[in-house]
Amino acid sequence: MNNTSVMEGSEAVAVAVKACRPHVISAYPISPQTHIVESLARMVAGGELDSQYVRVESEFSAASVISGASAAGSRSYTASSSQGLLLMTEVFYASAGMRLPFVITGVNRQISAPISIQVDHQDTMSLRDSGVIQFYVESSQEAYDTHMAAFKIAEDPGILLPVMVCMDGWILTHSYERITLLEQDEVDGFLPPFQPVNSLDVNDPKSWGSYAEEDMLMEFKYAVHQAMQSGKKRMKEIFTELAQITGRDHGGLIEAYRTEDAEFILVAMGSVTGTVKEAVDELRSEGKALGLIKLRCYRPFPHEDILNAIKGARAVGVMEANFSMGSEGAVSMDLKAKLCGQKDAPLVVSFIAGLGGREININTVRNIVEELEGVAGSDVPQLEPRWVGLNTDILPKGVE
Amino acid sequence: MEITIGAVVQGGTSLGYKTGTWRDERPILDMEQCKACGVCVSVCPDSAVHVKGETYIIDYDYCKGCGLCGYECPADAISMVKEEK
Amino acid sequence: MSTQNLSNDQELFVSGHRACHGCGMSLAVRHILKATGKDVIVVTPTGCLETFTSPYGYSPWRVPWIHHLFENGPAIATGVVAALKAQKRESERVVAIGGDGSTFDIGFGSLSGMLERGDDVLYICVDNGAYMNTGGQRSSASPIYSSTTTDPAGKRSLGKLQKKKDLPTIIAAHGVPYVATASVAYLKDLQKKVKKAMGYHGARYIQIDSTCPSVWGFPSDQTLEVARRGVQSGMVPLFEMEDGEVTKVRKIKKKIPVEEYLKTQKRFKHIFSDADGREEIQTIQALADSNIERYGLLKKTAPQDAEVQD
Ligand SMILES: Cc1ncc(C[n+]2csc(CCOP(=O)(O)OP(=O)(O)O)c2C)c(N)n1
Ligand code: SF4
Ligand code: SF4
Ligand code: SF4
Ligand SMILES: [Mg+2]
Repeated sequence: MNNTSVMEGSEAVAVAVKACRPHVISAYPISPQTHIVESLARMVAGGELDSQYVRVESEFSAASVISGASAAGSRSYTASSSQGLLLMTEVFYASAGMRLPFVITGVNRQISAPISIQVDHQDTMSLRDSGVIQFYVESSQEAYDTHMAAFKIAEDPGILLPVMVCMDGWILTHSYERITLLEQDEVDGFLPPFQPVNSLDVNDPKSWGSYAEEDMLMEFKYAVHQAMQSGKKRMKEIFTELAQITGRDHGGLIEAYRTEDAEFILVAMGSVTGTVKEAVDELRSEGKALGLIKLRCYRPFPHEDILNAIKGARAVGVMEANFSMGSEGAVSMDLKAKLCGQKDAPLVVSFIAGLGGREININTVRNIVEELEGVAGSDVPQLEPRWVGLNTDILPKGVE
Repeated sequence: MEITIGAVVQGGTSLGYKTGTWRDERPILDMEQCKACGVCVSVCPDSAVHVKGETYIIDYDYCKGCGLCGYECPADAISMVKEEK
Repeated sequence: MSTQNLSNDQELFVSGHRACHGCGMSLAVRHILKATGKDVIVVTPTGCLETFTSPYGYSPWRVPWIHHLFENGPAIATGVVAALKAQKRESERVVAIGGDGSTFDIGFGSLSGMLERGDDVLYICVDNGAYMNTGGQRSSASPIYSSTTTDPAGKRSLGKLQKKKDLPTIIAAHGVPYVATASVAYLKDLQKKVKKAMGYHGARYIQIDSTCPSVWGFPSDQTLEVARRGVQSGMVPLFEMEDGEVTKVRKIKKKIPVEEYLKTQKRFKHIFSDADGREEIQTIQALADSNIERYGLLKKTAPQDAEVQD
């Protein structure tokens, strides 16, 4: 196995999806996702990919088509971004509740208004409560690998949930990277055909989409949560199994990068983690005990792994390319909630960085670390998030 | 009752739910007058009229007492009477 | 099971569903399934039909059935069709059955997409002219001057001021092979149309006038009577369109004035309450007459080519 090829990130995803042999693909354009479904369309048109490719009239239908296909026992896939993902929101909740597995690539992009096509994580993270499993990737190679795992995780009889592989728009989807590809027989060995637990079948008529009263609604929701919680173990096993085939280990639900003995730890997700790793190396060489937790899985929230990795740290800075209006960054909220009441819990500070494509370079990371060190010494609780690089000069009068 | 994954249920299970308790009026079918035309079987929204051999029988387990069969019966063979509760 | 041991063996839509007494829609569905037979997968968007057939643990559907959301019935159906195709399950077909709110209004985009793509779905709208599941609010299928809970009649209101959206024509304009209207009043006709629709491939549409005693406001034993009057007055024209052309109509046996239809239902009560009502009734009569004219519902006005059916 050494089939490598330089390709666009979108192409890498399309090639991965093709290798997973989906029965049904639905497609609707939105930047920066579009190249993925266009690649798949070319594969279908060229006869390389034998999938039903449905050109829908909206993202709402894109998500609905693959939900219907999943209920009828087919492996199915779509991709979207930003406004499109939000339009799919209602479908995600319903399909997760109905335990319909499928895979979707969530190509990250800011949400209107103002309208912008630049990257941040607001779109996918807004879907966090839906019951959809979410992975975030650093590179196109990781995106390629993670899609293989995603189908296997979604379709696992103990999980049965939609899985979203989130990748940064433009930075990953539109840049070229050398990708090492798996052979088809390797993929087939790892990912056998979808074996649904239930499916729409005239020989065994079942009904889907029941109405549940207050005496059991909570139990159905609990079962979804438990599928995620207890699924964590299975997800790690699947990632390990894949790593054995690819020879590439991206980590389990998190990647702990130089966190042993670290005094300060950053948490980040997506492509920026590459930059952060470089910054960690630099600062380490200058004698700072710094580490990074790359959050690969956001839902379910892998708090066990995170708490384990930050044990002994003084402060954790969460770099967030998302913001929950009126509160703070979403990952900090999760982390603080899990740390609350823990003995010797480190300080957690939310850094809003990279909204709407705002650049994050090594210096940005250095500044964040500096701020983190600064507040770590003080006794003042850190209730407000820190907006990294906010240009206060251009704020309108009255906005402080 | 143990709940299922995704709330998927077996088809045809509504037979376990007896809608006959909803009835305020009971249709009484008089076989003497019946012309065996089958209209009552066809028009019942609750699939509660059945034919056994030559006899038309109303299934009071499910009949909601809507009166439709009586209204449509061309022979006036079905009359509605107050349900004794 | 029935304590009297009576058989539901012949039914694909069995007893024990929770529709109101005399619900026209439940009757329509029973007959739809008689016509399709068992080899269909049914998709139902949110609405009365979903609500009265989906309480957990009690399904009357003896065919595979899926409800997902209110506005995506057609797209779910498309997904099922795509899966069947991918799995080469050629003997199974897909039927979607949705209310007028989901069909005419909120799911219209999804429906239009499905029709335009020509996906192999028979889409049936069980049309009761309002959002009944939520208590009877206005939809674009509500008839003119009907009182609905969001457009109620009152001192300064005559109820809905717009006429019913002409959806069959809009659907036919998508270039689908078969469009028909039917009524619960004529169950054999309804079954015949469903069977005929199943003979075509691609997207097909049937709109069934489904009387609703609870919200229209009439006694539950008159479900078919009211539906018949709708047809006999010309308010509910029954026709078939093949490849965009009207090819068959169901003739009105004995034309009745629209009053004979309107006065059976509380939703039109306000237009009878004073002398001014005459004008509204005339407007409705003019609509019925134009239906009669347009589709040739009376024997002597039948269009040349349209096959006459009693
Ligand atoms: C997105 C969304 N909006 C609103 C509702 C509430 N809702 C459920 S059913 C329904 C009305 C259904 O009307 P129709 O399609 O005509 O079916 P009917 O109940 O009349 O048979 C409404 C408004 C919903 N479930 N989802
Ligand atoms: S409708 Fe009346 S006459 Fe016809 S079968 Fe039923 S009871 Fe007999
Ligand atoms: S009264 Fe209504 S529910 Fe009962 S048998 Fe007659 S038609 Fe059916
Ligand atoms: S409200 Fe009307 S349509 Fe809905 S179940 Fe009752 S009678 Fe049927
Ligand atoms: Mg309705």
